[in-house]
Amino acid sequence: MTGDTAARPQKRGFALSDVWLIFGRRGSLKQLGILGALVVIIAIFQIWTGGTTLAPGNVINIVQAYSFILLLSVGMVMVIIAGHIDLSVGSVAAFVAIVVATAMRDWELPWWGGVLLGIALGAAIGAFQGFWVAYIGVPAFIVTLAGMLIWRGAQQYVGQAQTVAVPAEFRQALYGFMPEVGPPTPYNNLTLLLGALVVAAIVFFQWRSRAKRKKLNAILEPLWVTLTRTGILCAVVIYATLLFGSGRVGTSFPISGIILAVLIIFYAFLTSRTTLGRHIYAVGGNRRAAELSGVHARRTDFFVMMNMSTLAGVAGMLWAARAGAAGPGDGTGWELDAIAGVFIGGAAVAGGIGTVFGSVIGGLVMAVLNNGLQLVGITTDRMQIIKGLVLLVAVGIDVLNKQQGRFSFIGIMLGRLRATRAQQEVEEISPGSQRPDPPGKSGPG
Amino acid sequence: MAEDVNHLLQMVNITKRFPGVTALDSVNLAVREGEIHAICGENGAGKSTLMKVLSGVYPAGSYEGEIVYRGEVQRFGNIAASENAGIVIIHQELALVPELSITENIFLGHELNRLGVIDWDEARRRTAELLQQVDLNEDPDTPVKYLGVGKQQLVEIAKALEKDVQLLILDEPTAALNERDSQHLLRLITGLRDRGVTSIMISHKLGEIEQIADTITIIRDGKTIETLAVDGTIDEDRIIRGMVGRTLGNRFPDRSSRVGEVFFEVRDWTVQHPLDPSRLVAKNAAFTVRRGEIVGFAGLMGAGRTELAMSVFGNQYGTRMSGEAFIDGRPVKLRNVKQAISAGLAYVSEDRKSLGLNLLDPIKRAIVSAKLSRISTGGVIDELQETRHAEEYRRDLRIKAADVEVGVDTLSGGNQQKVVLAKWMFSEPELLILDEPTRGIDVGAKAEIYQIMRRLAESGKGIVLISSELPELIGMADRIYTIFEGEITAELDAADVDQETLMRHMAPTKKGSAA
Ligand SMILES: Nc1ncnc2c1ncn2[C@@H]1O[C@H](COP(=O)(O)OP(=O)(O)OP(=O)(O)O)[C@@H](O)[C@H]1O
Ligand SMILES: [Mg+2]
Repeated sequence: MTGDTAARPQKRGFALSDVWLIFGRRGSLKQLGILGALVVIIAIFQIWTGGTTLAPGNVINIVQAYSFILLLSVGMVMVIIAGHIDLSVGSVAAFVAIVVATAMRDWELPWWGGVLLGIALGAAIGAFQGFWVAYIGVPAFIVTLAGMLIWRGAQQYVGQAQTVAVPAEFRQALYGFMPEVGPPTPYNNLTLLLGALVVAAIVFFQWRSRAKRKKLNAILEPLWVTLTRTGILCAVVIYATLLFGSGRVGTSFPISGIILAVLIIFYAFLTSRTTLGRHIYAVGGNRRAAELSGVHARRTDFFVMMNMSTLAGVAGMLWAARAGAAGPGDGTGWELDAIAGVFIGGAAVAGGIGTVFGSVIGGLVMAVLNNGLQLVGITTDRMQIIKGLVLLVAVGIDVLNKQQGRFSFIGIMLGRLRATRAQQEVEEISPGSQRPDPPGKSGPG
Repeated sequence: MAEDVNHLLQMVNITKRFPGVTALDSVNLAVREGEIHAICGENGAGKSTLMKVLSGVYPAGSYEGEIVYRGEVQRFGNIAASENAGIVIIHQELALVPELSITENIFLGHELNRLGVIDWDEARRRTAELLQQVDLNEDPDTPVKYLGVGKQQLVEIAKALEKDVQLLILDEPTAALNERDSQHLLRLITGLRDRGVTSIMISHKLGEIEQIADTITIIRDGKTIETLAVDGTIDEDRIIRGMVGRTLGNRFPDRSSRVGEVFFEVRDWTVQHPLDPSRLVAKNAAFTVRRGEIVGFAGLMGAGRTELAMSVFGNQYGTRMSGEAFIDGRPVKLRNVKQAISAGLAYVSEDRKSLGLNLLDPIKRAIVSAKLSRISTGGVIDELQETRHAEEYRRDLRIKAADVEVGVDTLSGGNQQKVVLAKWMFSEPELLILDEPTRGIDVGAKAEIYQIMRRLAESGKGIVLISSELPELIGMADRIYTIFEGEITAELDAADVDQETLMRHMAPTKKGSAA
């Protein structure tokens, strides 16, 4: 009855529904919705600010100014998928920053020594909090609420409410730009090189996944889908490369952006393609079933908590490098931005659902909002109101979608009509009897 | 359609679509006042969906067709609307709040109150009355979590009675019940009929249907196939023919009995109850499993079969006080699930929703979840391999779904069970422990699962089958252990045992039915 292999031929003609394959397999449509929202928000601000939003100087600024929030979102989404929460990230970041700054000043640590110390300290704090969550069984909400107080207090104790400057090398290493090398071009050459490498990588991986499927005789997506996807991705990267490369002389794609990108790719891979990633989803989705499948749930909890604080430490250092100093006000409210980004990115409060890419996009939504509202001169008070509303509406739409079972704004509006209108209309709205192989199959939504 | 005074309910040309699936395709159902109307059909035929349409779980407008109830077209927008009309559904999965007492559960959502202050005394008094009606001898203040499934089912019915039910819908009410509790429930439903309550009952236990139903409607692949009036001529084979479109041969595969050497052995296994250390859920249990053998565990609800199995499967129940396990004569440590799985054990839980599956998973992730190492190298998962393996199992076990990307939460109960089975077969176990593996499974799929079990056994694996269905145990097992209050009371050769003998060992004394 159900579609066996015969019903899903390897070669087929053009089908409208294949268009969605460009953006990935079924189920990734939700992320597409957030991505769409991000594009819309950028477009609005681009018009509103008269073109400043997408000016090279500003995009560079966005990456530098908000990389720490994105970094926290990446860690936070894993915590939230596993069914926990971490409220302590802002305090941990501030504490690590002040300790690193003080250590570099008093012990004359080199910049890399400071970085290593910061990572180790973040990990140690995370191990401490993870221990309480995983092995004592105190809810993460409580543990990290305590942590929020403890590390904030510790920060003030170490820094004695003073600002501690960080050395210039430390700033350059984490916050600076790539140097200008090679022949004089209107662009930053290393940024161009980086862009070229990314394009090459995209082409390589798209090709390799096709080749592998072919070799294993798996179902292949139509060639034009692969080509279009590759084309779109490359176009975006090239556009970004030229944008970042054409800033003021001496600026480039920022180093903090490179650190961020590497970590995003690493964690996206970790969550989606490794057994550890599966365990995180499994524990958050149904803890008991995961345990009965041989997952060490406690170890998984410990890992996500420890990982989160480590990343918080890195975020703190990035911030100190940008500000030139570690100070008492660092990191206040960061946990809220990070958590908001994760939920805008489609994660579920109950755990088990969420993606790294979704959270990065959610984090970017928050970053672009912050930046854009600042550019148009909206003050912090109104900015907070707007950010709060965006969070509410974004998650509200997501919740409605889940009840509808699929993503489409139109679907939501029509869904309201459904309850009142007559039956023939329903037939048009819901995409009919979508068996695996009818010829005139319509796309979703 | 002609309005028929005799018909309490008519569902006319009901069509219900989900994205990608037409679950119901112009289904018709006519229920006469005061009858017990059974609905039969394979897993995924659309039975539960039809009842959800009727009870307003899927609101008017989300399906096509008409519901005519008491001669009027009804458009229920939610469950409350159908309950107001006297239609109460008891779902396949019970919906009681475990922490609340019987009284609190019965009045949940429509508490008896005066100006918002709940009148507990009156509620308790009414509850006691209702409990008497359903023949349940429990204190109304008992938290529901202390009741077995059988008693919880009765509480659900009491709850329905409190709502002044006229049409009672029961979705597989006896799936989780043992023989005695089932009979009790069936008597109760017949009793309600005599008081004028009409019932619709979904069940895969055809014997029960034959026993109490007045009319049977058969659904296959989302379509009404036929409606049969139960007179002397309707028997199980006739129903099966309607359900699967052909007659089904021998239900249990032949015992080939190429039983080999003992390879798994448990000795002196004693387990404490997790909350009450003075209670032992397993007392010095000892059993063996041979290669190629299916070993049955028989016992009443609460006898400790599941507890023993879960304790052996990496200490997943209670605290182990003593006990050793041996594989091929060598002692093995079974301290956690991981050790148990790598020792070659697999445990298919009786509770697939809360213990067997992560309902957020698509089929393919669920299938590989107990042995990721098979599809990964150095901790990195090969998603192509994952899909290929999952597809293989989907085809082998005939899981009814378009492909393996489908979420397990949208599968019908029986197909979910097959996914759980696939998950543990994928772990390539040497000893497969199956806890009520055919609960809620249709006759055809049951026969398939029996075949699969036999095939696994013939390939040299050992199987432990825990089941409350005695015919299943007798038909499938080579050897049966009976368990009573945590103790193994007998070891019987299944070839020459009957239900009476089993029952005698499952409940050696009548008096010992402590709570
Ligand atoms: N929410 C949903 N989304 C998509 N498909 C669904 C959904 N609910 C049910 N289905 C599909 O509708 C069909 C009918 O399911 P239903 O649960 O009614 O079967 P059933 O007859 O009750 O089976 P069982 O005996 O196994 O309980 C199945 O193919 C199922 O996969
Ligand atoms: Mg069902």
